[in-house]
Amino acid sequence: MADEAIVNASGTDSPAVHDGAGADEGVRRRDFINIAAVSFAGVGGLAVLVPLVSQMAPSADVLAESSTEIDISQIAPGQAIKAVFRKQPVFVRNLTPVEISEADKVPLSSLRDPQTLEERTKPGKTNWLITMGVCTHLGCVPLGAGEGEVKGEFGGYFCPCHGSVYDTAARIRKGPAPKNLEVPVYEFTSDTVVKIG
Amino acid sequence: MSFPWAKHYKPSHPLMQWLDEKLPLPRFVYNAVGAGYPVPRNLNYMWNFGVLAGVCLMLQIVTGVVLAMHYAANSGVAFDSVEHIMRDVNWGWMLRYAHANGASAFFVVVYIHIFRGFFYSSYKPPREMIWLLGVTIFLLMMATAFMGYVLPWGQMSFWGAKVITGLFSAIPVVGTPLQQWLLGGFAPDNAALNRFFSLHFLLPFVILGVVILHIWALHIPGSSNPTGVEVKTESDTVPFHPYYTAKDGFGLGVFAILYCTMLFFLPNALGHPDNYIQANPLSTPAHIVPEWYFWPFYAILRAFTADFLFIPAKLMGVLAMFSAILVWFFLPWLDTSPVRSGHYRPLFRKFFYLLVIDVLVLGFCGGSPAETKYVLISQIAATYYFLHFLVILPIVASIEKPAPLPFSITQAVLGKDDQTAPAA
Repeated sequence: MADEAIVNASGTDSPAVHDGAGADEGVRRRDFINIAAVSFAGVGGLAVLVPLVSQMAPSADVLAESSTEIDISQIAPGQAIKAVFRKQPVFVRNLTPVEISEADKVPLSSLRDPQTLEERTKPGKTNWLITMGVCTHLGCVPLGAGEGEVKGEFGGYFCPCHGSVYDTAARIRKGPAPKNLEVPVYEFTSDTVVKIG
Repeated sequence: MSFPWAKHYKPSHPLMQWLDEKLPLPRFVYNAVGAGYPVPRNLNYMWNFGVLAGVCLMLQIVTGVVLAMHYAANSGVAFDSVEHIMRDVNWGWMLRYAHANGASAFFVVVYIHIFRGFFYSSYKPPREMIWLLGVTIFLLMMATAFMGYVLPWGQMSFWGAKVITGLFSAIPVVGTPLQQWLLGGFAPDNAALNRFFSLHFLLPFVILGVVILHIWALHIPGSSNPTGVEVKTESDTVPFHPYYTAKDGFGLGVFAILYCTMLFFLPNALGHPDNYIQANPLSTPAHIVPEWYFWPFYAILRAFTADFLFIPAKLMGVLAMFSAILVWFFLPWLDTSPVRSGHYRPLFRKFFYLLVIDVLVLGFCGGSPAETKYVLISQIAATYYFLHFLVILPIVASIEKPAPLPFSITQAVLGKDDQTAPAA
């Protein structure tokens, strides 16, 4: 298309080739060249934006760190540990039977982000509550996983930044956070090892 | 430039004449901040703060460029490089304190400048564009200050970055990918630190560009003044130089005394001790607060604790926080009173002082822990804040009976105006 137009345009010197539409009709062959040139430059300019925007996204090495293995054999019931996944804390918590029954007796309709403990854990491993340690409000690390930390009035986690309170299934119960603590993708590779990511 | 009686630049030295022909830069300065710019004769000290803001910007650029020569924007060494500046670099401690306290000084000056604009309605025609550019400068300042605060890579730096970029995750659908794109990762890390450094270096020069537009737009109608009455004749004005260069110079001296008091005697008074602890992604400080100049807006962010209609509380807080500044863009069209100065608007004046108190209350709540009582006060104060701009200002403009305006600036100053007073 473009080549053809250029050939025609360069041929206008010859009297044998009539300048197509003529100036009086308002559209000239040169207009086509102008539009084609500006369009190509515009598309090219926009294409340059792709790498400029994309370079901001997580790089390959950051993405490569997105899976982690955790040994859970040392976590007694009632205890929790903080691990690191994607440079963010993960809470691995071994729930006691009391904590499980507390989570189970909450009516779903009363929850802001309704989910049962069973939906948030693996079948047969209901006691292993594995969630991100990242408050769904603005990303602080809630308290409650470490030894002696405040667990909040629902016995789960408490975020000191803006006062979000999570229950024993790490579900949001009170405060500004909109969602339950996120459950990452994970699997039990054996009875004592969890692979997150 | 702005008035026909403005003095003209006449270089006497042959070198200056030669320069004026080739590149009339001295002429430009003469017309901008020299004797060639006629200014109302009645400006009070509230009119010092534009020049002071310019001084603060230059102070920040000079100290910032020097600090960048010693700082390393890598999450492994950033914290240590700041301590290296504090302990080992010659005069490094002073330069860093000058830069950190310079940011606070800049915001003090700019807040007074903005509230001067509120009281004297500097945003009204024909000065809307100056106002819009000013609000743009303020937004750029906030972005620059936020990114600068991340650079020392202390606990407050890290968690400030996490919370503020977390605001973007409130946006439906694209929120979380957007946050990851801004950070270049899943949490603030080296990628985020590096890009914040790059932008923190760039944005002050963008601000400088918008400041030049701001002053350019100012020189078209000329400066406003405390009566709000437009300049009519030459007797209403004096040349900027020497009259206001002298007055601004005196103000600058007072500013320098206060600034140096902070810099040399209270350098950490406005900072947070937690920021002298290196960033730890696994432990959030017990009490995260932004720097004081963000407190009023932070209080508005936290004021939303329950979902509003179908909008989640978190998104609502974010929208409200940004709206609190964006509403300023509409100010020239919300306040429809033809009278500018608060001196002649008895009802408006009362609401102006209420707004000042309201913003101070918001600031106090924003700096306090997220406890129920402070959140409740924030909710009331945030509601009033928006009522002021969106409801009270338009109503006051329509029901208020303003006090009589002086005929001219000269009459306001001298009590009589021989040249222009109508035959009475």
